Amino acid sequence: MSEKEINTSAVSPEEEQLSLNDDRRVKSLSPGALVAKRFFRNRLAVVGLVILAVMFIFSYIGGWIMPYGQEQVFFTEEYQMKEYAGATENNEYRYISAEGQDFGAVLQAKFTLAASKKADTFDNKDLVYTVTELGPELYTVSQGETVIGLAYKDIINPFDQNAKFSFNFTVAALEAYVNEESSFTADGVNYTIDDNATIASPDGEIAYVSRVIVQSKVAGTTISRELKELVSQNIEDGITAFTYTGADGVEHEYTMEYNPADKIWSIKEATATRVFDMYSSPSSEHPLGTDKNGMDMLTRLMYGGRVSLRIGFIVVFISAFLGVILGGVSGYFGKWVDQLIMRIVDIFYCIPSTPLLIILGAAMDGMRVDPQIRMLYLMLILGFLGWPGIARLVRGQILSLREQEFMTATESSGLRVSRRIFKHLIPNVIPQLIVTCTMSLGSTIITESTLSFLGLGVKFPFASWGNIMNDVNNVHVLTNYWFIWIPAGVLLVLTVLGFNFVGDGLRDAFDPKMKR
Amino acid sequence: MYKYIIKRLILSVIILFFVVFIIYAVLRCLPASYVETMAMQLSQAPGSKPYEEWLVQLNAQYGLDIGIVPGFFVQLKNLVTFNFGDSWKYTVPVLEKFNSVIWVSFVMGCIALVLELIIAIPLGVIAATKQYSKTDYAITAIALTGISLPTFFLATFLKLIFSVKLGWFDLFGLVGRDHQSLTAMGQFLDKANHLVLPIVTLVIISIGGLMRYTRTNMLEVLNADYIRTARAKGLSENKVIYNHAFRNTLIPLVTIVGGSLPGLFSGALITETLFAIPGIGYASYYAMVAGDIPFSMFYLSFLAILTLAGNLITDLLYGVVDPRVRYS
Repeated sequence: MSEKEINTSAVSPEEEQLSLNDDRRVKSLSPGALVAKRFFRNRLAVVGLVILAVMFIFSYIGGWIMPYGQEQVFFTEEYQMKEYAGATENNEYRYISAEGQDFGAVLQAKFTLAASKKADTFDNKDLVYTVTELGPELYTVSQGETVIGLAYKDIINPFDQNAKFSFNFTVAALEAYVNEESSFTADGVNYTIDDNATIASPDGEIAYVSRVIVQSKVAGTTISRELKELVSQNIEDGITAFTYTGADGVEHEYTMEYNPADKIWSIKEATATRVFDMYSSPSSEHPLGTDKNGMDMLTRLMYGGRVSLRIGFIVVFISAFLGVILGGVSGYFGKWVDQLIMRIVDIFYCIPSTPLLIILGAAMDGMRVDPQIRMLYLMLILGFLGWPGIARLVRGQILSLREQEFMTATESSGLRVSRRIFKHLIPNVIPQLIVTCTMSLGSTIITESTLSFLGLGVKFPFASWGNIMNDVNNVHVLTNYWFIWIPAGVLLVLTVLGFNFVGDGLRDAFDPKMKR
Repeated sequence: MYKYIIKRLILSVIILFFVVFIIYAVLRCLPASYVETMAMQLSQAPGSKPYEEWLVQLNAQYGLDIGIVPGFFVQLKNLVTFNFGDSWKYTVPVLEKFNSVIWVSFVMGCIALVLELIIAIPLGVIAATKQYSKTDYAITAIALTGISLPTFFLATFLKLIFSVKLGWFDLFGLVGRDHQSLTAMGQFLDKANHLVLPIVTLVIISIGGLMRYTRTNMLEVLNADYIRTARAKGLSENKVIYNHAFRNTLIPLVTIVGGSLPGLFSGALITETLFAIPGIGYASYYAMVAGDIPFSMFYLSFLAILTLAGNLITDLLYGVVDPRVRYS
């Protein structure tokens, strides 16, 4: 054995001075050390201990290291194609009446017929109207000597939205434009038209001519001429995607789509909307993605671990506290006290705990209990439902210990009852108590997470491993987003497994009959 | 023996009385959300009475206007005379609903129990006979994993693998979409197919406990003197283990399995809810969440009776299978 090897190995001069009855000569281990030795020989128990250590570090130190908060919501920009403008090429005649004349709908219709037949005249109500072609697809209509209206397809777009142009100006400008002249005179003013179809008065540019009509589809925006020209150029060239830098210097991306049914080019812009970063896949920023509220999953898991572990410990502490006191009293005093407490234990054993917890959870839902207070209630209820098992264990142990000689010794030396129970009996129950508590830590965490999973335990905004997994009730999440529920489930199973391994190892280690 | 049984029965009735009282008190202390919701709905009908009047009328109708203690005795009288009332949520008599849902749960529980016994007992025996071997470690680890698995995680995991990825089973329900058009045999197979995953879940969850129980008891028996005697007189190891040790291990096993028989009627609350199997667990889950007092009251009392019956059977079976135990 290793102890003997230590003793037979070469000793240093100082150690030779030690007397023979020095305790290092025959190395004896304290009962605690023996338990520890047996415990660490059990591989499963050590694995469990390592798992638990990792979980504590993950939950407590991890949550502290993570730069994000438990309730920090992340946003993302989502791009949606929104209709920005619509463009149509004007293929219909448009009409304006000369000042003081009426070029009404009937005349317009008759004109269209005449134009399609290339007739020079048409009749309406016994009057003969003359059609004069000023240029390609530009006509004036006169009755006798009076010009009553103009039919045109090219459109004059004033730079100043409020500008009104006179009939004469329109006729002259369009005539010059369709005939590709560079200047014209209207109402005694000389205007010029350049190659880009911009009409300039001596005071500056006032309007431009284009056959493409671009209308804004977004309220409150006007479309600049450059964009309009770009659009008409693109329609001619058949380009469907282009970028345009607006007056504010921001580059916009547009796509164009032609709708043959109503002959409209719709111009769409990708606009960013700020939305919750829901169910985003794992990335360097969010190692386990984000949940449905746009919160970082890894951080939620860490805080959820804190909640699950804390609830487990507090609940087990409450049950152990009540169980030890009631079990101890019951076992020590016996008789009617024992009968009474054991019948209470029987009653508690009989209460179906899961249904009761579900009912209470649903009731707290109904009463809209604050999540923080709800967590407290949950711990109290779970703790209160857990004590009878421990009381029974403690009572059973004490009943057998009570009859042993050392208890007779304490009685004969006149110790107080409370001292006899808590100083001499309870410490002997501690090993079994530790084992039971460790195992019930695991089962408490399962109960809590099951309730949270059903939405009846720990509630949002608090995270718990159970309520993180709650999302999986949505089949879409189940099939598409493994990172929402697998990590939480794995952590939960590992933690409970850790407690059970350690509990099992402790049970074996505390058992003096153990072979090894 | 008969004296003992009668004493135990009387004790059980007393315990049951208090349990039912506690259950009733808890149910009554809850905000009667069902009645309130109903009153709210009724008061919103055109030309209806105001909410408060409806609330008073409904409370009187459901016997909620009297105090907890008198109310409890009314309820107790009803329970004793098997008059369980009508379920609020399902709007049929409680017993009728119970009768329509209990058998699915019972069949599920029976199959799961049989599978559990077939798997857990041999593994437990093997683990005990090869204590501290690799096999023992593996079996212990499997058993502890089974205990550590939360039902909801296991069920979801099985759903992902077998329903979503492999497409072998449906995600929810007891019957498929085309159930009505199937032949009798087809309908049976359809139901069987839908019960596979819930039963697998139940077996995996509960197998660990029984396995460990078998192992612990087998180890205890293997350390007993009569086993040493059996070995000393030169019996083969097989004979020692299966004739001497295993038969003695059966004593605690029979008692615990006998004690769990009433539990077959209690249904699997979580598993049935997760798989939407219309059994007693599923029906009562939704009744409880809806605040359906008559159904919850019935279900909880029923569970308490099953627990008491289980304990009684366990204790009695001890005497039956182990001749060393005598009742005083």
